Amino acid sequence: MLKQEVKDRFISIVGEENFVDNNASLLAYSYDSATQYQAIPDGVVAPRNNHEVAEIVRVCNEHKVPIVPRGSGTNLCAGTTPVEGGIVLIFKHMNQILEIDEENLTMTVQPGVYTKDVNEAAKSVGLFYPPDPGSQHISQIGGNISENSGGLRGLKYGVTRDYVIGLEIVLPNGEIIRTGGKLAKDVAGYDLTRLYVGAEGTLGMITEATLKLIPQPETKKTMLALYHDLEAAAETVSAIIANRIIPVTLEFLDQSTVKVVEDYAKVGLPTEAKAILLIEQDGAPEVVERDIEKITALCRENKAFDVSVAQTAEEAEQLTSARRTALSALSRLKPTTILEDATVPRSEIANMVKAINEIAAKYDLNICTFGHAGDGNLHPTCLTDARNKEEIELVEQAFEEIFAKAVQLGGTITGEHGVGMMKLPYLHMKVGEAGVEAMRNIKMALDPNYIMNPGKVFARERVVVNK
Amino acid sequence: MMDTKEKERIQQAFREKIDYDEIMNCTRCGFCLPSCPTYVETGHDEVHSPRGRIALMKGVVDGDIEPSEEVKRSIDLCLGCRACETACPSGVKFGRLLEQARDAIYQSNNQSLPVKLLRGVFFENLFPYQNRMIGLTGLLGVYQRSGMQKLAQKTGVMNLFPESMRTMEKVLPQVPKRKEMKNRPRHLRPLSEQKKKVAFFSGCLMDTIFMGTNDATTKLLQYAGCEIVVPEKQACCGALHGHSGEVNQAKEMAKRNIEAFEEAEVDYIITNAGGCGAFLVEYDHLLKDDPEWKERADTFAKKIKDITSVLVELEFHKLPLELPVQIVTYQDSCHLKNGQKTFMEPRTLLQSIDNVDYVEMKDASRCCGSAGIYNIVQSEMSMQILDYKMEQAQKTKAKTIVTANPGCLLQMKLGIEREGLSDQMDAVHIVDYLLEAYEKANGIVASEPVHA
Repeated sequence: MLKQEVKDRFISIVGEENFVDNNASLLAYSYDSATQYQAIPDGVVAPRNNHEVAEIVRVCNEHKVPIVPRGSGTNLCAGTTPVEGGIVLIFKHMNQILEIDEENLTMTVQPGVYTKDVNEAAKSVGLFYPPDPGSQHISQIGGNISENSGGLRGLKYGVTRDYVIGLEIVLPNGEIIRTGGKLAKDVAGYDLTRLYVGAEGTLGMITEATLKLIPQPETKKTMLALYHDLEAAAETVSAIIANRIIPVTLEFLDQSTVKVVEDYAKVGLPTEAKAILLIEQDGAPEVVERDIEKITALCRENKAFDVSVAQTAEEAEQLTSARRTALSALSRLKPTTILEDATVPRSEIANMVKAINEIAAKYDLNICTFGHAGDGNLHPTCLTDARNKEEIELVEQAFEEIFAKAVQLGGTITGEHGVGMMKLPYLHMKVGEAGVEAMRNIKMALDPNYIMNPGKVFARERVVVNK
Repeated sequence: MMDTKEKERIQQAFREKIDYDEIMNCTRCGFCLPSCPTYVETGHDEVHSPRGRIALMKGVVDGDIEPSEEVKRSIDLCLGCRACETACPSGVKFGRLLEQARDAIYQSNNQSLPVKLLRGVFFENLFPYQNRMIGLTGLLGVYQRSGMQKLAQKTGVMNLFPESMRTMEKVLPQVPKRKEMKNRPRHLRPLSEQKKKVAFFSGCLMDTIFMGTNDATTKLLQYAGCEIVVPEKQACCGALHGHSGEVNQAKEMAKRNIEAFEEAEVDYIITNAGGCGAFLVEYDHLLKDDPEWKERADTFAKKIKDITSVLVELEFHKLPLELPVQIVTYQDSCHLKNGQKTFMEPRTLLQSIDNVDYVEMKDASRCCGSAGIYNIVQSEMSMQILDYKMEQAQKTKAKTIVTANPGCLLQMKLGIEREGLSDQMDAVHIVDYLLEAYEKANGIVASEPVHA
């Protein structure tokens, strides 16, 4: 519960209409897309500009009220679940594209702009903002930056981090700072921009961002390769990369994923295939043509039983958008869908897929796997029922083994979803206890009162995990 | 305000009526958010989104929150357009959850007096009885023809009603005479080689206020090669009841309809109102717990087909069709699109008419805000949604807005009137438009319906 005094101060900052604490609103901001987590906040605040954000932060810091910045709540790590109560900060008033600078190839945005609108605004002037997380048509850019979101084009173009070159940040003490700028080069001190990208809202609030744009690729081609077994598909991925081709997209779907995606999207995906690769290449027409030819040959060499290239832009778009629905479509099969994003160096894809299947068999679980095979970012997805406590216990054990295997292969516990609450118990597996401690020290230095999105990434106190 | 006892009653009703498995199917991915008109119009308020509403329902069932006024408002403000179902990759049947939630809230009957009266008049005393519909529509006719309408408009007595109702009164079509409404055709022969035998679901509103559109529908079916029966014993589809929490009445009407149409022995049952069709197509779900009716309901539901869909199947769009040169645009009926998945057919038909330039308006699939009696009980939000719709319609420079459902049609007419565009724009039902195009192209002088 917020003290009346605190509530009054929020209202005096943002106005009555921008502070709500009725039970329906509190419940509606108690969750994100990590369905197993839910916690009711004490208020929902919608600031209208960066100064209001700063004032709110000052009040929160003074009264030790937790703040959870939230975009559209599409993250999969319980990153915006207000686990320690406090206020949820939403950006419905801060949703403007402030500038597209065609000379410096940058776009300046407020945090509440939808990712898709960033993509489209860039496209409208012949430029390109490559990051395209699965939820791009509803996710907000502020959330993407805080989670360092990936997407289908990570292999060739990188992730959100690679396109954020400047930020305006409200620090936990209420100071407003600006980092980076419209600069390709800038080594003035620590790279705070990079620190805040992917900080999951635990170090401060992003109130403006300058994004880097690149020229729109001239053309794009999309193709499908079908396999009778998983490993052959995984080996193709390694073969493509080994042959010095970097496709823009190299997505992998196993049979169970293909079946549900087809059932939902009805785009004619071949459900008899045990594994599918969805491959895209973009660039100059002659390069695309040559690469697609080479990839086709590599697919066949690696035992693809069918390879086809999309004939029209619509057909290609259908295929990629069908892939985007994979996660949600999988959830049709069972009440609860637990999606992970264990990631390995791409050379280890085949080993990782094999390990996932073995672990699933060992625990007798239904785990479907799809993901961004090209960048080693897999999405083993367990179909289960949260009400079945015994099975959930097994799911947790299985995923812990999957994470351990990923780390053992030189990978990570999370490639693009973030740590949030979901991966918090496993962070040490990837970064080590000393690594967690280093992060904790950064947090302590910037946010000594622990007001910024507390309970995420790592525990407040150092806990020694003995298992 | 609700007292504690009332809240407990509603909470209990939520537990009994809400399909919890369906709630669990929501993964909270948020893909539904941009499709939801109330989410967009409330400035992206999660409370007024499909994901938010499902979370609220779950919260009430789980006992995390009590069913407060705000919870009720969220459920009330939903248009029930089901655009979220089309957007949902997990296949959550939101329309059903909404009906269950409304059933839970309204069985406890905690409505404001005017709404209660309105619902009582519409749901219990009017729609179930076609003779009363005819009676009321007859009165409307007297009002329109006797000069009373002019008098009412002049004296400003209409200003006592909410704005949407006031304008609605102006745009209602000239209704047929009582005698015409009572003497409806029951059997019609095809006017070309017979291809199908169909039954026509005439609907309560459609067969009174929009009687002319019903005549146009059977005429089109005749031209397309259908023998048509129009069972006399049919009743209102029950959609308005079902969507508003009066489920028991909806079931009664479903049973009457199943019986009436079983006797007809036809290939299809044709509707020309998207709202009715989407409800008829789910009779199997409505009666799923009734062993005696389940299978019969299933057979009935499988035969339901929208007029546009059967016309395309019978290749009506390949016949000569022609109208004076004009731009036309189409407003989807939410329940035709999201409920019956009929999306391309109306467009295919419109694009086949000579001289007509079809221009799709932006967000044609977004609800127009009519939504049953929504534009009366949630007038403010409805008008906000309509303003956006008219803005998009005007951008197409269309002379005609075509719709496929009576509610949408009235709402579009209302929008045109509100914007002061009556001299440049008109709204028509797709069957009236198609009939005109067919008769013009084939040199047929518009005639009385051909009776058997």
